[in-house]
Amino acid sequence: MNLQEFTQSKYNFEECMKCTVCTAYCPVLQVNPLYPGPKQAGPDGERLRLKDPFFFNYALKYCMNCKRCEVACPSGVKVADLIQAARIKHDHSKPKLRDRMLASTDTMGSLARPLAPVVNATIGLGVTKSLLDATLKIDKHRTFPKYSGRSFEGWLKRHAKAQAAFPEQVAYFHGCYVNYNYPQLGKDLVKVLNALGVGVQLLEKEKCCSIALITNGMSGKATKQATHNVGVLRKAIIDKGLKVLTTSSTCSLTLRDEYPGLLGIDNSDIRGAIQIAVRYIYEKLEGGAKLEFKPDYHKKIAYHVPCHMERLGWGVFSEKLLRSIPGVEFTLLDSNCCGIAGTYGFKKENYEASQKIGEPLFNQIREVNPDVVACDCETCKWQIEMSTGYKVMNPISILAEALA
Amino acid sequence: MRFDCVIIGGGLAGLTAGLKLQSKGLDTAIVSTGQNALHFFSGSFASMQEAPAEIIELFSAAGIKLHYEKGVRLMPLGTFRDAELSLEDIELFKAPKFAKKALVVNLSGFHDFFASFLAEGLEKQGISCQIRSINFPELEALAKSPSEMRSVQIARIMDRITDKVIREVRMLLSDEDAVVLPQVFGLQDSAVIEQLRKGIPVRVVFAGTLPPSVPGIRTQMLLKRRYEALGGTFMASDEVLKAHLYEGRVHSIATRNLDNHFIEADNFILATGGYFSKGLRSNPFGISEPIFGLDVRFDENRSAWYNPSFAADQPYMKYGVVTDASLHALREGKALENVFAIGSILGGTRPELGTGAGLAIRSALEASNQILNIK
Ligand SMILES: Cc1cc2nc3c(=O)[nH]c(=O)nc-3n(C[C@H](O)[C@H](O)[C@H](O)COP(=O)(O)OP(=O)(O)OC[C@H]3O[C@@H](n4cnc5c(N)ncnc54)[C@H](O)[C@@H]3O)c2cc1C
Ligand code: SF4
Ligand code: SF4
Repeated sequence: MNLQEFTQSKYNFEECMKCTVCTAYCPVLQVNPLYPGPKQAGPDGERLRLKDPFFFNYALKYCMNCKRCEVACPSGVKVADLIQAARIKHDHSKPKLRDRMLASTDTMGSLARPLAPVVNATIGLGVTKSLLDATLKIDKHRTFPKYSGRSFEGWLKRHAKAQAAFPEQVAYFHGCYVNYNYPQLGKDLVKVLNALGVGVQLLEKEKCCSIALITNGMSGKATKQATHNVGVLRKAIIDKGLKVLTTSSTCSLTLRDEYPGLLGIDNSDIRGAIQIAVRYIYEKLEGGAKLEFKPDYHKKIAYHVPCHMERLGWGVFSEKLLRSIPGVEFTLLDSNCCGIAGTYGFKKENYEASQKIGEPLFNQIREVNPDVVACDCETCKWQIEMSTGYKVMNPISILAEALA
Repeated sequence: MRFDCVIIGGGLAGLTAGLKLQSKGLDTAIVSTGQNALHFFSGSFASMQEAPAEIIELFSAAGIKLHYEKGVRLMPLGTFRDAELSLEDIELFKAPKFAKKALVVNLSGFHDFFASFLAEGLEKQGISCQIRSINFPELEALAKSPSEMRSVQIARIMDRITDKVIREVRMLLSDEDAVVLPQVFGLQDSAVIEQLRKGIPVRVVFAGTLPPSVPGIRTQMLLKRRYEALGGTFMASDEVLKAHLYEGRVHSIATRNLDNHFIEADNFILATGGYFSKGLRSNPFGISEPIFGLDVRFDENRSAWYNPSFAADQPYMKYGVVTDASLHALREGKALENVFAIGSILGGTRPELGTGAGLAIRSALEASNQILNIK
């Protein structure tokens, strides 16, 4: 008999032995004295909150949900989940307009995309940035991701026939970033998968994975979108027997772990089939498939494992793939947070902390001085490019570039 | 995914084995869920009556300086204990009376360092003591959230202002011939320790704080970095759930994050630690090893597990996974051909290999040698 089945709570908070290890790894605690830290905000605070919600502390909003505390905890306490769940449960303050805008990545995307040149030019302007800074408290130092004039969905629809001709098929959860800001990454994935004899399909109609809604206090809308997504994922995975690939570590983590963990949506029948593309490609190559690379490719690559990729435990796939490209000189960067954490670093009140958190990573990048930094996360990309001037590429794009 | 050897558990035992095998050219991976006992490391390796040249070399290549002397060291509450192999942070004395007059220095607002106990302990040895506290404005931001005035947070700041620390300590010194400081220096790099010793003109002794241990975290980080630099694969956030056995051999393991992507290897090393790290699990009915279902030695009579006297040796600390002479783990009485158990998971079942960090290192080297011989 396993007694623990009866004594364990959802986030394992009673397993906390107060060892303080998590506090040594929380990036926010290192730079923001207003944040109580993972132990206080998580298991310690939970004991009090269970007694009386009065003990809920609004400073929990400083948590970036990077999950580093969970990666460090020797007792399997879901520290970050505890914190986010407490915010969902107790923080009834209405999200600010700014937070609603930052969180609605797909609405903003579909509005901005048709007007891309205008929008890009406008939000690139110093005046606009200062205005956003003053009115919405979006930090003026931030460069906004550019909107692309054409969506990835539209592009793939135009190529649907050719894709369907491939003997093997996968579905692709592209996410807002690929759809509205950077369709090239999606095209790169299609190129690599096609080279392996695999065709790419869209899901029936995906919505934003909703992580930004969750961390910005809009769990109601998040639950709606997540329920929709689980429905279309089931259609692909269960009805059609497809795997669903992503190119973003955060989308993967959200679809697999935040849906059941924070929104209470059961995905156990499909979780295993949602994978990041590098893992799928690695497995294909391991199974005997071959990729032809350029004979004269040469690149010095420093790989940054995004926090959520570390939590997923999948950095190893990107690392192994990049190392396997002939002509690549590979460095694995130390495990550090870049400081952006999705929409977190865009907020004026977090800007300074965000940059300070990233410092060790930025310094190491400068020291290594690579041709390009590899990383599986779109927000890390903006942060590292803005802060170091080094170019950042998704491992998938590097693979695509190196293909013969 | 396939490796020559997969190590389960990334504590001192797992990392030592990983470093050794990787540096001998094997392709290895370490899978570890959560951090480990090094975060509480005092800086002295228990039961190391010798100083294996191999360990000194492996560690020094990682940037960790060890020193070895038979002696005593100062403990966090002002007592002294025998110690041998230690990190460079730890001063080893011939006898507890290491000075005539000592200055014990704390940092204002830091409650995890026991200056008055230390002073009392030193006085008992005939060392006359003064306690002084230094107020660094740089620490004020931390003090706003008193729960976070902790060793690691402080060390991050101290390491940036080492020159200032030296100046302040020098200013406090009169005729003392030793200074006792809390172990809150050198989180990233032990160069800070050297710098303090050079800059302060008398003997500098570091005394432990409440956890986490700053030198322990540094040791863990440097070992891991070196392991990765040698090409080792460190999977930091995954948990091994079960193993697939066939005719006395394990051919692969399943983990939480990799679903049905199994990790295969020629050999497996189990270094998942004791109760603290959940390498061993206990419930009112027994003690078990959760991944392979290995044989565990413990007393069937539950009341024999504990000694009611708090300070006494506790029998449950002696329980552990059963192994054969070459550290192969036993399951249902039979040795698994390609599974080795090392470190705290052995408990006290192999007394000849020592205890604590000594056991972790000796068993890690021994299992690695076995694996290299098979190759
Ligand atoms: C609080 C404390 C203080 C100590 N101080 C000292 C000291 O000062 N000197 C000394 O000599 N000894 C000390 N020890 C003894 C210590 O246990 C050893 O020194 C040594 O560090 C143990 O190393 P290990 O690698 O065997 O186990 P651990 O350090 O416990 O590491 C085991 C690792 O395996 C991981 N793991 C467990 N299960 C799984 C799984 N299923 N899948 C993947 N990973 C898993 C754990 O999360 C952990 O990271 C101390 C022990 C404790 C608990
Ligand atoms: S690391 Fe885990 S067990 Fe330790 S204090 Fe934090 S939550 Fe508790
Ligand atoms: S999720 Fe990140 S920011 Fe939040 S408590 Fe954990 S380590 Fe700190």
